[in-house]
Amino acid sequence: MASRGIRDRVAVVGMGCTKFGERWDQGADDLLVDAAGDALASAGIQRDDVDAFWLGTMGSGISGLTLSRPLRIDYRPVSRLENMCATGSDAFRNACYAVASGAFDVVMAIGVEKLKDGGFSGLAISSPPDDGTAPDLTAPAIFSLLSPAYAKKYGVDEAELKDVFTRIAWKNHRNGALNPRAQYRKEVPKETIARSPIVAGNLGIFDCSGVSDGAAAAIVVRAEDAHRYTDKPVYVKGMSMISGPATGAVDPEYDYTTFTECVVAANDAYAQAGVTDARGQLAMAEVHDCFTPTELVLMEDLGFADRGTAWKEVMAGTFDLDGELPVNPDGGLKAFGHPIGASGLRMLFECWLQLRDEAGERQIGTIAQGKKLALTHNLGGSPGECVCYVSVVGSEPSA
Amino acid sequence: MRGIVGYGAYLPYFRLEREAIAAALGTPAGKGARAVASYDEDTTTMGVEAGRRALAGAPSGCAPDLLYFATAAPAYLDKTNACAVHAALGLEGSALAVDMAGAVRSGLGALRAALDASVPALAVLSDIRTGLPGSSDEVNGGDAAAAFLFGTGEHVLAEVIGQASSTEEFLDRWRTPGEAFSRVWEERFGDHAYAPLVGAAWTDALKSAGLTADQVDVTILTGVHRRAVRAAARALGVAPESFADDLSSTVGTSGTAHAGVMLADALDTAEAGKVIAVVVLADGASVLLLRTTEALAEHRSAGPVAAQIAAGKRGLSYEAFLSWRGFLRREPPRRPDPQPPAAPPALRHERWKFGFRSTRCEECGTRHLPPGRVCLQCGAVDRMQDENLADVGAAVVTFTLDRLAYTPSPPLVGAVIDFDGGGRYRCEITDCDPSAIRIGTRLAMTFRCTSVSANGIHNYSWKARPVHEDATTSNGGTA
Repeated sequence: MASRGIRDRVAVVGMGCTKFGERWDQGADDLLVDAAGDALASAGIQRDDVDAFWLGTMGSGISGLTLSRPLRIDYRPVSRLENMCATGSDAFRNACYAVASGAFDVVMAIGVEKLKDGGFSGLAISSPPDDGTAPDLTAPAIFSLLSPAYAKKYGVDEAELKDVFTRIAWKNHRNGALNPRAQYRKEVPKETIARSPIVAGNLGIFDCSGVSDGAAAAIVVRAEDAHRYTDKPVYVKGMSMISGPATGAVDPEYDYTTFTECVVAANDAYAQAGVTDARGQLAMAEVHDCFTPTELVLMEDLGFADRGTAWKEVMAGTFDLDGELPVNPDGGLKAFGHPIGASGLRMLFECWLQLRDEAGERQIGTIAQGKKLALTHNLGGSPGECVCYVSVVGSEPSA
Repeated sequence: MRGIVGYGAYLPYFRLEREAIAAALGTPAGKGARAVASYDEDTTTMGVEAGRRALAGAPSGCAPDLLYFATAAPAYLDKTNACAVHAALGLEGSALAVDMAGAVRSGLGALRAALDASVPALAVLSDIRTGLPGSSDEVNGGDAAAAFLFGTGEHVLAEVIGQASSTEEFLDRWRTPGEAFSRVWEERFGDHAYAPLVGAAWTDALKSAGLTADQVDVTILTGVHRRAVRAAARALGVAPESFADDLSSTVGTSGTAHAGVMLADALDTAEAGKVIAVVVLADGASVLLLRTTEALAEHRSAGPVAAQIAAGKRGLSYEAFLSWRGFLRREPPRRPDPQPPAAPPALRHERWKFGFRSTRCEECGTRHLPPGRVCLQCGAVDRMQDENLADVGAAVVTFTLDRLAYTPSPPLVGAVIDFDGGGRYRCEITDCDPSAIRIGTRLAMTFRCTSVSANGIHNYSWKARPVHEDATTSNGGTA
């Protein structure tokens, strides 16, 4: 796969992110106006300074009008795109390529989701008419398939694995408690997490990410123009969006202990960014912790831990806020919430804050230690059939 | 010589003990248990399972050209339910499939029609018996199906040597369309109405076969009127030891299907040269006389009735039974209603959806479930051959209990399964104790109705069920 990348050719110079949560008082229009306004203000520009827009949403509106109508955008290009839970990241990726191509000078990537108007528990996705043969498993059920498979492959006791999941949720809630934009802002005792009502498999309510409303946005310009907008731009080092052949559910060779798409995307993004030792070089990672087992498996897929060892690293605190490689310092999907189309840009927003030393009381120590790279990982679909995005961004252009 | 060349019965997995009904309603406790169709079964799916068993042991060259599907509880009206049975059994498009739906008597009618046909003909009898809570129909009824393939020649395992019927219009029981239960006239009247009808049919049948009552080795006697059936038992004049177990304590009386289930049970053990009398009381009386042949020993059903009785899961709660039957309406999960299948894709994928025909790559042999045009292994395009996996065993790779999903019987058990000889599928596991599922649990496929949408569309597809160790042959005889 030829993937040359656009290392250091574009930079993020402004970002905005609404508070996530059950925003009964705000519609998708309000969330978009707020996130876009914050991003513009952050870059010190006006709406009409933006040449083109990329809007990511799974189901909160169709067409570019979803954005141009509430913002009253003055006859500009607006692309509306969807790539399941990786929608926000794909909006950002396409916006970056548009700038790198030279087609535009200043663009906005923005993602939004208004889930809480639906009236259902969990995520409800409507699918096109079909033959009715696909089993109607919910998202937590499909991701819980990872648990028995991982336990068996690596000989981990299921009860011990449940402790690992509990610790992941506990860590992300602890991080989220420090985040004023997060949906859940309270630390949750491990006992509460471990005893929460079971939703599917061995996953309790607290093993699931929050169903949430929210929006996030980024302003992207050419790297050489970045300092016209901010002293602390965040440079795009590598981006990879991989759509798998979806053979996991049909190919006996797949064993439900990995997201192959993630491995491919990570290797691609690392190569573009010049990352050779992810665990050593990255200051932090924002990963797609839709359910606790997902975060566990991703630690191995992203190369943060050897196969079969991530559960030990989790228990050792490697990925804690003050650990060797902080993962989801903003609380992740678990505590920050998961408004589908916004999540990928929300992950980038945390990289933006941390790399610029603006994360307040949850500012991670690895930045002060001199690490300058951060990772986002965004996933849509289910184990064995998903789309996967990995990006590496950094606070300094390469020498 | 025309007769039966293949047969099979299907009993659903669950049993409702009559004590459970009595305990809930404060009524005198009856004995034994009744078979209960699961929440994902209807008469069509049970008919398919019986049909699979009947065809499994059938000789080659006997593929049915006719399919008669008889039930008093059709899943659809106006639409032919036999078409789904036809599709699930993978019968030829040129085979005629028709319903005989509405009344218990249709069961005997389907057997007669298949017998009288001039081509190989399959009669599928299926019923779900429901009555108001505490009624005799509920307590004494049972859910089951049976199927018989009729043909000619050396493969006949039971030849039909005589038959007769009597018909009379009278009010015994009735149900208007849309009602969930039947009504019956005063019981003593049935004694009066049935007695002469039974006598006439019995006399005529024996005469047609040139037999006397004492020459009958096995008497299968059933009907919709319990009291009249008891009276008939006294009147037939057969040897008392000839009466076959009426399965009332283990299955219940399965209406349209019951004579078939009892006949299958008899064929499971009968020796060659035995005379079997089938006597059915339903809006008249009908008698079939059969004689078993030497071929029977070689062509018994792979899923004997006794084994299916032994494999039954006792202890179904009365509350679960009532909610499955729609008498106890439970709060649904806060989830969207299941989306019904759309007609065009269901037709495009008929062989997969109904027949569980997967595809195998001609280039590299990789199996695909569901079928696809591009091989997942070698990338070959449009190099696929159909392959029936309905009778291939499988095992659990990983699984989950989904407590959030929409199902009338939470939790929904979802699993990734691998088939013997290759092929992976993600599907629901049914007829199981959710806590007993493990990686490696052995499975067999079964045809089910996964949901009925608000606009009445029945979504048929295949699920897996554990191969129960105490009766490995109860899953179509293929595990």
